Amino acid sequence: MRIYVCVKQVPDTSGKVAVNPDGTLNRGSMSTIINPDDMIAIEQALKLKDELGCGVTAITMGPPQAEKMLREILAMGADDGVLISSREFGGSDTFATSQIIAAAITHLGISDEDIIFCGRQAIDGDTAQVGPQIAEKLNIPQVTYAATIKKEDKKLAIKRMLEDGYMMVEVKTPCLITCVKEDNILPRYMTINGIMECYKKPLTVLDFEALKEEPLIDIDTIGLKGSPTNIFKSFTPPQKGVGIMLEGDGKEAVAQLTSKLEKLHVI
Amino acid sequence: MKFNSSCIEEFKDIWVFCEQRHGQMMNTNYELISEGRKLADERGSKLIGVILGHNIAHLGKELGGYGADKVIICDDENLKEYTTDAYAKVFCDVVMDKKPEVVLIGASNIGRDLAPRCAARLHTGLTADCTHLDIDMNNYVDFIETSSTLDLSKTKFKMEDTNLKMTRPAFGGHLMATIICPRFRPCMSTVRPGVMKKGEFSEEKAKACEVETYPVSLCEDDLQTKVLEVVKEAKQIVDLIGAEVIVSVGRGISKDIEKGIELAKELADAFGGGVVGGSRAVVDSGWLSADHQVGQTGKTVHPKVYVALGISGAIQHKAGMQDSELIIAINKDEKAPIFDCADFGISGDLFKIVPMMIENIKEVKNNK
Amino acid sequence: MDFSLTREQEMIKRLAGQFAQEVLEPVAADVDIDHTFPVDNFKKMADIGFTGIGVPKEYGGSGGGALEEVLAVSEFAKKCMSSAAILSIHLIAPHAIYKFGNEEQKQKFLPRLTKGGSLGAFALTEPNAGSDAGAAKTTAILDPGTNEYVLNGTKCFISGGSRADILLIFALTQPEKGLKGMSAIIVEKGTPGFSIGKVESKMGLSGSETAELIFEDCRVPVSNLLGKEGQGFKIAMQALDGARIGTGAQGVGVAEGALELSVKYTKERVQFGKPIGALQGIQWYIADMATKTEAAKALVYFAAYLKDADKPHTTEAAMCKLNAAENARFVTNLALQIHGGYGYMKDYPLERMYRDAKITEIYEGTSEIHKVVIARAVMK
Repeated sequence: MRIYVCVKQVPDTSGKVAVNPDGTLNRGSMSTIINPDDMIAIEQALKLKDELGCGVTAITMGPPQAEKMLREILAMGADDGVLISSREFGGSDTFATSQIIAAAITHLGISDEDIIFCGRQAIDGDTAQVGPQIAEKLNIPQVTYAATIKKEDKKLAIKRMLEDGYMMVEVKTPCLITCVKEDNILPRYMTINGIMECYKKPLTVLDFEALKEEPLIDIDTIGLKGSPTNIFKSFTPPQKGVGIMLEGDGKEAVAQLTSKLEKLHVI
Repeated sequence: MKFNSSCIEEFKDIWVFCEQRHGQMMNTNYELISEGRKLADERGSKLIGVILGHNIAHLGKELGGYGADKVIICDDENLKEYTTDAYAKVFCDVVMDKKPEVVLIGASNIGRDLAPRCAARLHTGLTADCTHLDIDMNNYVDFIETSSTLDLSKTKFKMEDTNLKMTRPAFGGHLMATIICPRFRPCMSTVRPGVMKKGEFSEEKAKACEVETYPVSLCEDDLQTKVLEVVKEAKQIVDLIGAEVIVSVGRGISKDIEKGIELAKELADAFGGGVVGGSRAVVDSGWLSADHQVGQTGKTVHPKVYVALGISGAIQHKAGMQDSELIIAINKDEKAPIFDCADFGISGDLFKIVPMMIENIKEVKNNK
Repeated sequence: MDFSLTREQEMIKRLAGQFAQEVLEPVAADVDIDHTFPVDNFKKMADIGFTGIGVPKEYGGSGGGALEEVLAVSEFAKKCMSSAAILSIHLIAPHAIYKFGNEEQKQKFLPRLTKGGSLGAFALTEPNAGSDAGAAKTTAILDPGTNEYVLNGTKCFISGGSRADILLIFALTQPEKGLKGMSAIIVEKGTPGFSIGKVESKMGLSGSETAELIFEDCRVPVSNLLGKEGQGFKIAMQALDGARIGTGAQGVGVAEGALELSVKYTKERVQFGKPIGALQGIQWYIADMATKTEAAKALVYFAAYLKDADKPHTTEAAMCKLNAAENARFVTNLALQIHGGYGYMKDYPLERMYRDAKITEIYEGTSEIHKVVIARAVMK
């Protein structure tokens, strides 16, 4: 039994976001982190590994520097890493990306008991599309918004979150699960031992050459040119006008605020 | 003939996937039908609502009242509870048969599960969490002129372009992107609840709405997942989306978490009733449950009044609340980024400021 | 000469920084006010493997050496000196047992100290024996009938003493020989005859409970003798070499933390219409703080490098500690000053860092003793 965890390296938007003069994001100026929802997926995978002793493969599609992120995940406890990286894959939208990742997973092999974990969505794209689309391409069932996962014989029992409650769902493996934060799932830290070992664990790089024979890889459906969606225009919205800082000591400031709110008929 | 999503000319009409749960229609359906009506008018085509479920035929007419020309009903026992397998198969069957040009889906937990699966199956493009939709290029140009800082004087637009222009926020709302799907159909788009405006209901239109029952073909083998039970949480729903007033707390309440949350509740009450929200830091620390989270990975809200207590205002929080009508921020640090998007800001200790606010507001109300 | 950290060292530094920011910092102020040992956080340190740095994997350790310890301790010190000190001082015991213990002792004690969550302590100081370790009076007399050492005496100012599970006690097995009769004996918490006396109320480092240890006919099996009888002082001095580098790391860390806060503040604080960072006087302060801290760091890293390369490092360890400690006081003082009134308020961490920094000039050997050690080496 093997668990695949699909992860993405994203810019850290919890700090300052730098924008180029042309309105595009200055990715170079921002530090990168492992996508927060993916951290949950990693934790769920490692928890199952602790329970069942299966292998965990961390897989990502990204530029060469994404290797560092895979090493971190190896230091947390994953067994091997796969970096899908190639010029031909650049500019892919979610459809093309999921196709490429599905091709890579097919190439690595997927068996009856395997599970694929993904985070619900990435904080740069915010689409939540890649997980389900990988599942579709692999023709396996999906359960999204998963909070808890239990393996029961050949099936999984999953608590799937809804806005106002949840569903308990039973699904056969192989399947794909997208994870959300719930029920105090705390992503684990790397361990020092893990760090000492992580560069000894196997890490494979899959480029276009390695995957081009896979049926799912078709030069017309990958990369910028193959993506069904394109960016027509991108722009920065005008900043909300700078507001007023109410001066004076607490009492004065609050009095001013109240009077303004009254004038605006808010209260 | 095999379905081919690149034969663009064959696709026609605007569709809205209308989600129902246990016979209850999601509010977003009416918002999307209203928006769809506008698009159908721009395009000169029909607006059709599609409902999947069991014993749901009676739900159709209401969509007509908001502007749907027709409603397609897919009714089957296997559609009673949502499963990806059943819903994706049935919805894709209908789409492949009837070939709509545009499909809109509400971005609920279920919509966001269904839409990408279908888009992949149909080999077409999907844009998530759209905040603005245009077909008519004139309308789009107007929109861009008022909502961006772009210099359009040198840009040439193809005015006859009828691709659906789907605008959505990226990078936590710092960037807006307009996406198109020029080479495939249907062009799919998900829209978050509360983003589009629900139009006027017309009894007359409802009566006139055509309802078609579409045959469903599902068998055991199609279903790989089983729903064992559906549980509605006994706890109070935190309805951030519907709230008119939201008072959110951030790390700034750390020195007395209980009191901080209590003050937020009291302040919300002082405004006449509201909901308590939280920043990601607060939810990650377990001080509030995840359904209180406002922000990029939480909920996007547009209340009349948003009060941020002890929240620094990192970009991923701003993304979730910057479109609120009125933003008030209280933070000890006068340099906190939250003040950049607040209409009114007070730099001070929230534990001192908020009780004063509550008192003052109550006084004003009593005097009225 | 390659000054770069290895990939693994970079990751350890980042992990320690993350841990310090996410786990240690949020409770640092409370730990200071409550004066209690952060039990949960120490367990978390053990789970991640910080408590096993410098001990090989076969004994439950995390591997690595002095430099890895320096990286972890200084990242901790940026946010919480108490936590940094707790880790640094804890590591003395497992390192000494690994170096001087027999196989049985290593198997028995090391896994508990490296990953088992047991806290280690080092007890040399007595009320009348601080810098003058030779004035120590605690005895450990062999009872040949029961094959036990019987300990009598008092140790004081022992960091972690009230909480430690496994302590290294330095006592006279041959009192008539003075220092040459001192031995290192492992004593476990809860041993009858071993009790905790006063837990001190200190200027800073509040999370590290500093305690008096009382031995009244405390009986300990002979198998707990670390090394040979009479080897105690040598073991203590070698252990202190490593501890000095750890203390140097604490000094560097608190200085870096204070400097970071100061740089941030000079950008935000506006007076007379501009940020105070625009004033040359402030810029010169920052330049001094940055340069001296960089130098302190380089010397600490160098001492660590020498230790890891199995080269003599006693003098360099003393130098790095002496220098980093003085710098810590210098930087935290200026940092507090730069923050003005806010620096004095407990709402900001500056005053805690100022109070915490001072100890580095005193414990693990006073600055004065270090100067003696260094002069002796240089003037040979």
